[in-house]
Amino acid sequence: MSTDQTTIEPQEEMSGAAMVLRALEDQGVEVIFGYPGGAVLPIYDEIFKNNRIRHILVRHEQAAVHAAEGYARSTGKVGVVLVTSGPGATNAVTGLTDALMDSIPVVCLTGQVPTHLIGNDAFQEADTTGITRPCTKHNYLVKNANDMSRILHEAFYVARSGRPGPVVVDLPKDVLFAKGIYRAEDLKPHKSYRPQMQADTTQIDEALRLLASAKRPIIYGGGGIINSGPKASELLTKLVRMTGYPCTLTLMGLGALPASDPHFLGMLGMHGTYEANLSMYNADVMLCVGARFDDRVTGKLTEFSPNSKKIHIDIDPSSINKNVRIDVPLVGDVANILEEIIGRWEKQKLSPDGKALTAWWKQIDNWKSRDSLKFGPSIQTIKPQHAIKRLYELSQGRDTYITTEVGQHQMWAAQHFHFEQPNRWMTSGGLGTMGYGLPAAMGVQIAHPDALVIDIAGEASILMNIQEMSTLAQYNLPVKVFILNNQWMGMVRQWQELMHGGRYSESYSEALPDFVKLAEAFQAVGLRAERPDQLDDVIKEMLETNRPVIADICVDQKENCFPMIPSGAAHYEMLLGPDDQATQSASEEGMVLV
Amino acid sequence: MEAIERHTIAVLVDNEPGVLARVIGLFSGRGYNIESLTVSEVDSVRGLSRITVVTSGTPMIIQQIKAQLDRLVPVHKVADLTAEGPHVERELALIKVCNTREDRIEALRIADTFRARVLDSTLASFTFELTGTAGKLDAFIKLMAALGEVEVSRTGVVAIARGNTVSMPMLRDAAPGGI
Repeated sequence: MSTDQTTIEPQEEMSGAAMVLRALEDQGVEVIFGYPGGAVLPIYDEIFKNNRIRHILVRHEQAAVHAAEGYARSTGKVGVVLVTSGPGATNAVTGLTDALMDSIPVVCLTGQVPTHLIGNDAFQEADTTGITRPCTKHNYLVKNANDMSRILHEAFYVARSGRPGPVVVDLPKDVLFAKGIYRAEDLKPHKSYRPQMQADTTQIDEALRLLASAKRPIIYGGGGIINSGPKASELLTKLVRMTGYPCTLTLMGLGALPASDPHFLGMLGMHGTYEANLSMYNADVMLCVGARFDDRVTGKLTEFSPNSKKIHIDIDPSSINKNVRIDVPLVGDVANILEEIIGRWEKQKLSPDGKALTAWWKQIDNWKSRDSLKFGPSIQTIKPQHAIKRLYELSQGRDTYITTEVGQHQMWAAQHFHFEQPNRWMTSGGLGTMGYGLPAAMGVQIAHPDALVIDIAGEASILMNIQEMSTLAQYNLPVKVFILNNQWMGMVRQWQELMHGGRYSESYSEALPDFVKLAEAFQAVGLRAERPDQLDDVIKEMLETNRPVIADICVDQKENCFPMIPSGAAHYEMLLGPDDQATQSASEEGMVLV
Repeated sequence: MEAIERHTIAVLVDNEPGVLARVIGLFSGRGYNIESLTVSEVDSVRGLSRITVVTSGTPMIIQQIKAQLDRLVPVHKVADLTAEGPHVERELALIKVCNTREDRIEALRIADTFRARVLDSTLASFTFELTGTAGKLDAFIKLMAALGEVEVSRTGVVAIARGNTVSMPMLRDAAPGGI
């Protein structure tokens, strides 16, 4: 501690548990998602006495973390979770890993057995800091009540700063009872963790030189734009419109550029559009903004955009050169760097190579004309893509937030639901967590009580956290669960079809519940569409109902998700539809990839 | 394929519970190699420890290792001593060799050549202390192994840059017992 402090910080003695609530208040926390248990009872006692912080009682700790993620991703604030020791903490692990992979700021408070019992295999004891070390950005064990306020404020700082992520604070029960001195938020800079926010200006000038000289430019944006805040999305949009360069977004980046913008090529990657992937492959200059060259985006690394000079904006230096060699790294906050790029572009009176750009767009439009997202008509059965398209069209004009589970429905949602703004699309990108969507939607609805929040789900995924229907009932959260029910774990079946000779091992959704009755059992409204002519009415009724709804949309069971780059293949080796399957199959190398 | 390089990396960290587990977990979780690792507190006032890790990988992997280490919250500084210029590396080993008669004499003679010190002796054993580069220690141990049953305890490599640049300065009053 520095000795030159002249001002005395406000100090107050109170119990560890009281400090937890006080620190949450001082951090501006309005909502916590949690589940009580023995080790955290002192905190729940404080919650009972507190009327400023709202506690949402979930039905499973994993859901608490996903709800906090939904809350965080749709507001830009830190999501807060409170769970008990042992099983409470281990149940939260999937959610924490999910938040780590997708860089979502979450602070998770876990109870712990009293310090003198730690290591004794006490009842509901788990080595929480040990278990969560690899699935959090950072974690703490508070051993002394006098460290409580510093650690809690530090946890919030770490969770939201730099590349955001989950932080666990493990709280032994005796420390929650012990008295200690509370200090209001410490504004001194953190002793070691100070992420770089501004990029090197000579590197920015180098990036500008490349951008201005590009003949076949591509802007590739990701979730980092959303994490940087709404200003980053505005600046990206400005940059795209100012240069006239084509732009594609990752699954996590959807909404960073309005989908209606003519420069938007759609999502890229394994289930991205033909034009987005071919533009990446053929580009001569790539500007990557807050994305991380994930394997779902790059496909075969040796054939990933082989002839482009690559500029990479990322706040995390470890993302640079991780998978793909970068020519111009720009480490810092996306908004700061985009602002600098735009300012310098204007000041240096740069302009794109108009002739080359026109030719490039002509080429791109040619790829676009393949209409890679096309799908067959819904004559006998509802095509899942059609269901999403109608959901999108009929929800126009509403204040809509979409979450998804994981699988085919997630990709169809990404392809056919369009986002004009950031923070409207919550999906589990990195970890691919089935069961994410319903609790995430819950968190979104808590943050935006009047908005339309829809979880686009599959019949298999939804069952993974279906218990949260009970939470929706308790808090009157009018979340809409829109199930594309094809009675298969569709993406598993699709891969079995493509790579395992159509041997559908364990991928059929056997013994499904009646989702309409299930909804009713949870005091929600259950709807079902079995034929194409019923679809619009069901969607309309769902949108008009101001209660939780499960809409069971029985879709074509055989439909697969296209376009698709088989794993291990290059961007130009896309399968555009079922007819392509006969001519191309995954390489042996590709089969071992996931 | 890029060539595999061996790098000695110094990491200045907060001396707090779990920090070593974080560093080791990073290496095991991401599949990086640890050839040697040493850790000890070097600044008692600020509570800082210095970890020296010897690792190997392609230049891209080495860059990743440094970036991944640097983003751990309790890490203050990462220095790639191999990349940053000339540096000295030393390791200490305690080597016990059990033997009799001619082999004992030969062991002592070799120890003398290597400037190993005798820390403990019985009629049937010597325990030597030897400091040097990892290669020197390897050579000595190999010779001892030919002369009897051997037990070895090694510290792992510690390293510091040559010259008068100080990249991880210690506070003046942080020396053990103060200056």
